[in-house]
Amino acid sequence: MTDIPLLSLTIFLPLLGAVVILLIKEDKSSVDNIRKVALCTSIGVFLLSLLIWLQFDNSKAEYQFQEKIRWFSDFNFYYHIGIDGISLFMVILSTFLTPLCILASWESIKIRVKEYMLAFLFLETVMIGMFASVDILLFYIFFEAILIPMYLIIGIWGGDRRIYASFKFFLYTLLGSVLMLIAIVVIYKLTNSMSIADLQGNYFSTNIQMYLWLAFFASFAVKIPMWPFHTWLPDAHVEAPTSGSVILAGVLLKMGGYGFIRFSLGMLPEASEFFAPLIMTLSIIAVVYTSLVAIAQTDIKKLIAYSSVAHMGLVTIGIFIVNSQGLEGAMIQMISHGVVSGALFLCVGVIYDRMHTREIKFYGGLVNRMPIYSTVFMIFMLGSVGLPGTSGFIGEFLIIVGSFKYSSIVVIGAASGIILSAVYMLYLYKRIIFGVINNEKLKDILDLNLREKIILIPLAIAVLLIGIFPNIFIEPMRLSLDLIISNYELVNGK
Amino acid sequence: MANNLLTIFLVPEVSLSILAICSLMYGLFSKKNAFIKTTNFATLSLLIVAVLIYFDFNTTFASFDNYFLNNSFTKFFKILTAIGAAASLVISKNYFIDSKINKFEIPTLLLFSTLGMMLMISAKDLMIMYLAIELQSLSLYVVATIKRNSLESAESGVKYFVLGALSSGILLYGFSLVYGFTGQTSFEGIYQSLSQIDKLPIGLVFGLVFVLVGLAFKVSAVPFHMWTPDVYEGAPTSITAFFAIVPKLAATALIFRFCLEPFGNFDFEWTQVIFFLSVASMFLGAVAAIAQKNLKRLLAYSSIGHVGYVLIALVAANDQGIKSASIYMFIYLLMNIAFFSILLSLKKADVFVEKIDDLNGLSKSNPLISLSIAIIMLSMAGIPPFMGFFGKLYVFIAAVESQLYLLAILGVLASVVSAFYYLRIIKGMYFDEASHTESFEFIITNHAKIILTVVMFIITFFIFYPSLLTNIVVGISLN
Repeated sequence: MTDIPLLSLTIFLPLLGAVVILLIKEDKSSVDNIRKVALCTSIGVFLLSLLIWLQFDNSKAEYQFQEKIRWFSDFNFYYHIGIDGISLFMVILSTFLTPLCILASWESIKIRVKEYMLAFLFLETVMIGMFASVDILLFYIFFEAILIPMYLIIGIWGGDRRIYASFKFFLYTLLGSVLMLIAIVVIYKLTNSMSIADLQGNYFSTNIQMYLWLAFFASFAVKIPMWPFHTWLPDAHVEAPTSGSVILAGVLLKMGGYGFIRFSLGMLPEASEFFAPLIMTLSIIAVVYTSLVAIAQTDIKKLIAYSSVAHMGLVTIGIFIVNSQGLEGAMIQMISHGVVSGALFLCVGVIYDRMHTREIKFYGGLVNRMPIYSTVFMIFMLGSVGLPGTSGFIGEFLIIVGSFKYSSIVVIGAASGIILSAVYMLYLYKRIIFGVINNEKLKDILDLNLREKIILIPLAIAVLLIGIFPNIFIEPMRLSLDLIISNYELVNGK
Repeated sequence: MANNLLTIFLVPEVSLSILAICSLMYGLFSKKNAFIKTTNFATLSLLIVAVLIYFDFNTTFASFDNYFLNNSFTKFFKILTAIGAAASLVISKNYFIDSKINKFEIPTLLLFSTLGMMLMISAKDLMIMYLAIELQSLSLYVVATIKRNSLESAESGVKYFVLGALSSGILLYGFSLVYGFTGQTSFEGIYQSLSQIDKLPIGLVFGLVFVLVGLAFKVSAVPFHMWTPDVYEGAPTSITAFFAIVPKLAATALIFRFCLEPFGNFDFEWTQVIFFLSVASMFLGAVAAIAQKNLKRLLAYSSIGHVGYVLIALVAANDQGIKSASIYMFIYLLMNIAFFSILLSLKKADVFVEKIDDLNGLSKSNPLISLSIAIIMLSMAGIPPFMGFFGKLYVFIAAVESQLYLLAILGVLASVVSAFYYLRIIKGMYFDEASHTESFEFIITNHAKIILTVVMFIITFFIFYPSLLTNIVVGISLN
């Protein structure tokens, strides 16, 4: 390995950019400089994360790029970071989406650009830091710190009901995650260790595992979000500015899934086995119910928000069937959903910037005026539906294959979700894109400009890349996931 | 002999009392600017005393026939008290002059009150404990009413006096019961006379509870908190700053020592009481603050909530609890210094900011100030990565160590409720537009500015080097 602390550099480079921005005085002439600094920083972070991917050793299951520094003098809390197959693509997903978000808010964010960019760069540091943490306390700190920039992004630059949405988001997710804090302290007191790597296994008695599992469940189920804890999500999505929604759907929801794999499966296998039926039930309800709700939506963003809940329902099914197909499917589905739903929100942002409404009724026949937009939108729409060749297919297919080993009822639930997703996405696409233009205001709507093309084309490439060459993505994560699965099967005697 | 006379001045309490008298003389005989001179003098004295405590020249000598205790715990709290008092004097100087209550008696009285608190922290005998409490309270009663022509100030002072006198009475009654059943007034004597029995006689339980009630008044734990919001609101903000920052430290240290020293073997008797005080304080502090419109009142409820968290560490009744409480109070001190130094310098339309709505739109005109307030609020709410989170973390570690899972869970739930009102302040500054067109003015003295900068720096960047504090705290214990 190199001597350069590559991972720390990736985590803290955004903060460095934030400091530079802090020193620029905001006025009319310098606003562009602020945007450029933010963009360059985030692109630099993305390149660094690609470098990590290049140097990543696929033949190792354990953490790589580890850095460990003593942090507290009186407790075994370390500044301990590292990357393994599970966190690698979560980090890359975060670094990939952030520059696109900054680019997407180039024109739509007109007030308080400086604060906006500061919040975004802080957000990026926290996201990467969370996925790269090996110390649980460090993980928790990043996990909660995400609330601060997100609260500000929704509250300052959001829509009409932004204050309600920002409070709901903050308090709801805080309520979930504080219970995790107690669980973390209990873990520390029982084992005197805070390292995720050391605690993989079965170190707790069955009884304690149950309580710990429930505490972790409270925070991750709110985050991911599972039915019936999902009610903060539609509000937060609808009121957040476009780029806020992208990060929310693209990265923040993945924190829940990531936590389930790391903590619930990895550390508390007995309890996970015990509670798996509960997760399956909630997930199937989520998949079917929120899909039906999505069909009835009249607001485009709300529809995509509900579709996110349904897709994350598939992810939790994939995680808790605990076999290699299921877990790999869940991971791919998370990455795919990060790209696809992020892209869908960006697509909504494109027309919202032009027309300032997200009502489905307002639109219709856009294909006549915006052919490029319609094509790109179609790719993402099909990715969301799970058409073979797109990223969504790989994840959904693997999850369904995996769940056959678990129970056929789960297969029916998961598959019905996929069918329903085709219903609401195609129906949405038909209403917005096809038909003739009836609305006078849409007569001279412009197609994608260069900036929007630069944003959407990498995302479209990513969707197709995951869909056509899934092995590039599955290969690095395979060993890390197998480690968790073999441990889980050993403990539960399978 | 000469040697002894010299060393006696090195006892921090002795030198503080001499300095306090000197400050009175200095104020009395200086013709001009008496207030500014005495304030500077008092600040300097407190810093000297803090240095004396730090170097701790002669501990055995300072115990005065076992009436006083000097150990790492009392030392830590006494330094915090001295620094807190000094900081509160510096940050409120401008406010006193601006609101024309620049009387030289104020710094002098605050010095005497600080002296009382230091004696409280060290007291090792019921009599000394009572005298120390009275010394600090009497000075504070006067200071609370110092704005004679203001109805609110007078009202708050009287309220404080009546309730304080009541609590002193209860405290004394408790003392007499404790004395009656043990025949001892010193902490050690009580401990020893109880070492033979394994259950407290009912009269002694009553005595213990009465004393705890009296002390709960002083730390303003629910249900003995009634005076806090009124006094905080009615007193001039500069006095409120002192109230919020300093006396809590001494009272907390005392309640810890009283429970853990003479009654250390009987924790099952008092933990139930403290458990209730803690839970009630956390939840009432969180819920009642939601409805407040006045910043000072809100801060009063927030301080009640913080007391609840410190008491968690007391219920834990272990070594970690003592360390956790020390860390918590240190962090509490810093957050309050930072917040009050802003509150005492921020004017809107030529009036000092007092309502939450007054802060609306602050982020547009004073981005740095509103960022500071936002960080303080998030820190008070216990949101990482700011310092306040670590205070809560340490308290929960102590609670889990004693298997107080229920208390820990109630604590985190209360912290979610309290997050709401802290967020509301951020909302006002960042999400709302200013209701009036008057602009904000931020007038701050250079010294206060240095304090504010240093404290904000510590609160924000504590996460990068926590060992700075934890190294000190590791050595703290009651023995």
